[in-house]
Amino acid sequence: MPSAIDLPWLATGVVDVRAEILALQPDQPKLGETLQRIATNRLKPSEAVLFAKRLRHLRLDDANFAPLSPISMAILANSTFDLVIDELPAAAARHGVAAALSAAPFDQVMQSALDPSSEVNRAGVDVVLLAVDHRWFRLDNGLAAEPNKRLTEAVDQMTTVVNALRSHGGHTVIMQTVPVPPLPLFGSFDARVAGSQRALIQKLNTAIVAIAEETASVVADIAALAAQVGADQWFDPVSWNLYKLPCSPTCNALYADFIARLLSSVRGRTRKCLVLDLDNTLWGGVVGDDGIDALKLGQGSGEGEAFLAVQRMALSLKERGIILAVASKNNDEVARGPFRNHPDMLLHESDIAVFQANWLDKPSNLEAIAKQLNIGIDSLVFLDDNPAERAQVRAALPSVAVPELPGDAAWYPWYLANAGYFEAISFSQEDRLRAESYAANAKRAEVSTKARDLGDYLASLRIELQFAPFDAIGRPRISQLINKSNQFNLTTRRYTDADVLNREQDPDAITLQVRLSDRFGDFGMIGVIVGMLSNDAAGRTLTIDTWLMSCRVLGRRVEEAMLGELVRLARQADVRRIVGVYIPTEKNHMVSEHYTKLGFALTEKQDDGTCWFCLEVGDYHYPSLPHKVSYLGEAPIAALIE
Amino acid sequence: MLFFNQNDRNYWDGLIVTDGEILSQLTDIFREVFDRPDLTLTPTTTAAQVPGWDSLMNVRLFVATEMEFGARFDTSEINSLKNVGDLINLIKSKGKR
Repeated sequence: MPSAIDLPWLATGVVDVRAEILALQPDQPKLGETLQRIATNRLKPSEAVLFAKRLRHLRLDDANFAPLSPISMAILANSTFDLVIDELPAAAARHGVAAALSAAPFDQVMQSALDPSSEVNRAGVDVVLLAVDHRWFRLDNGLAAEPNKRLTEAVDQMTTVVNALRSHGGHTVIMQTVPVPPLPLFGSFDARVAGSQRALIQKLNTAIVAIAEETASVVADIAALAAQVGADQWFDPVSWNLYKLPCSPTCNALYADFIARLLSSVRGRTRKCLVLDLDNTLWGGVVGDDGIDALKLGQGSGEGEAFLAVQRMALSLKERGIILAVASKNNDEVARGPFRNHPDMLLHESDIAVFQANWLDKPSNLEAIAKQLNIGIDSLVFLDDNPAERAQVRAALPSVAVPELPGDAAWYPWYLANAGYFEAISFSQEDRLRAESYAANAKRAEVSTKARDLGDYLASLRIELQFAPFDAIGRPRISQLINKSNQFNLTTRRYTDADVLNREQDPDAITLQVRLSDRFGDFGMIGVIVGMLSNDAAGRTLTIDTWLMSCRVLGRRVEEAMLGELVRLARQADVRRIVGVYIPTEKNHMVSEHYTKLGFALTEKQDDGTCWFCLEVGDYHYPSLPHKVSYLGEAPIAALIE
Repeated sequence: MLFFNQNDRNYWDGLIVTDGEILSQLTDIFREVFDRPDLTLTPTTTAAQVPGWDSLMNVRLFVATEMEFGARFDTSEINSLKNVGDLINLIKSKGKR
């Protein structure tokens, strides 16, 4: 049986990982991709250490790790966390992140958090991992005499550290839940004794999740990880007594991967789309050879149920917003047959956003899928039972995640669920709607070909925009957009949840979130602006720090409506002029003319391509736009009319 | 375990392992952990003689050694080791069980 501690979804078979790591050069082409490809293999601990060392040297040589997202993480631990740290850079690269790590001295958690000048609180740290267990909370002895007091102390200890980190450094904190050691005192009755270690830790974990909610922190559910591995496997008294290791060293690689998934999610690198092979992946048998009737699918046979479970998993992922696509070597008609005519299919054609059934190779079809969905190739996960197809995709497209699969399809859902490709640190209504919205886009494209001109088309869509300042409900999606948007993003500045909260509360900031819906569906939040107010001799100025939009809503004049709203807010704040800046990246060329198109005047162009623009608020006139606009708190205008 | 599946086949099954073979395998492990391809070990080698063999490196060495040989050492066994020769004898003793 597979075990998560072996990370069996990772590839094996690179002949000499050490040689590959040692050959990495700071100026080589595709360095970031190569790092990710190497890290997608199962590495021995010594190879992971070598990877970490090489990455450090490459960073000192100013290597460019793009497309990996940079992140700097400091670690506070009450254990010898070094062996998990050894594994972290490789795990992070595997999940699309180039991690720079630092660690506070052993068991100096409180001291480092409270000291404003500590290494952890220095500028430039993005994320702090609070790796503390029951021993740090002093929940390691049998029966607490005053359980409520004990719990309050433990919660206070956690709150103090998190608040100190947030006030000194303003970091995003990753808080861990605490695994329960397998040392029952009464046995089953522990669950009913308020002062037992089990009962106290379970209450503490509930409190930790609540603190995370209040402080916009991230939770690493290490209690769940230890439960999956098994407490007997996780807790190793010899390793603790001799070396103060946080867990059995057999769990290090998985522990690091678990943390790396969160870093990936903090940086918005979570995968968006699951691409499914058909024959022997979604059903048993080959539909082109065996015919629809002979396929193994459905209740009544073990194999048939296994493939049902794969489909159920895919459907669950779709319900949480993961886009589904198909890449199959088949004739299109034949491949669609089971979707149309097999009574036991859980997946329907309407669940599949892009259906690529043809005789091209899989990498070409994956590229076509990414292109059609207008998402990066690094957003794809590819599930295929055929080892040769998997190897071909890995070689041609190293940024696509391709889980290894065992012979028995009964395990496919487990592999897909445990590889951590779709790790999320928030879940919003927008996420739930996303998969639907991609399917609806196909219908919009049809309308577009029927409509006579753009004005007619936009009017026919019946677009509704809703404006609001940043708020708690929008915060997770705002930071998701800030960290994910590459193309329609004027400055590509990345901010953590904590930064977003700061902007929300800053009296010198004007913030704007925009939601869009049309007659085909709800896009949820699609635009964000952050402007900063300042005063000088010429009067009040609003400088646009961040302006981004989801590419799904391009060509709908949304940016014009956003500027109109921004001017309205600016006038309320007595702003004389609005300053915009365009900072070019490899991906945001599409907005290089954004401000001039909106009527701003170019004021300065720097050598690095950064351009500054200015708009006199007094000169601005609202254009006539094909949208209905509402503000948060009001009923949508369309609802009033109908 | 990741690199040695005890369920499939015991490391010691059908193997007569000599001190020299264990030493050579230990040398490979130590070279990887220290990232020093030229490292040489003898039964009399002690931690003090190897640059970089600090307490953290010691943990890495024992974790790697236990994984490679598919053996677990007791607290007292680890504490009583004086040199590489003791470690070879300890590994050998695990095979006799």
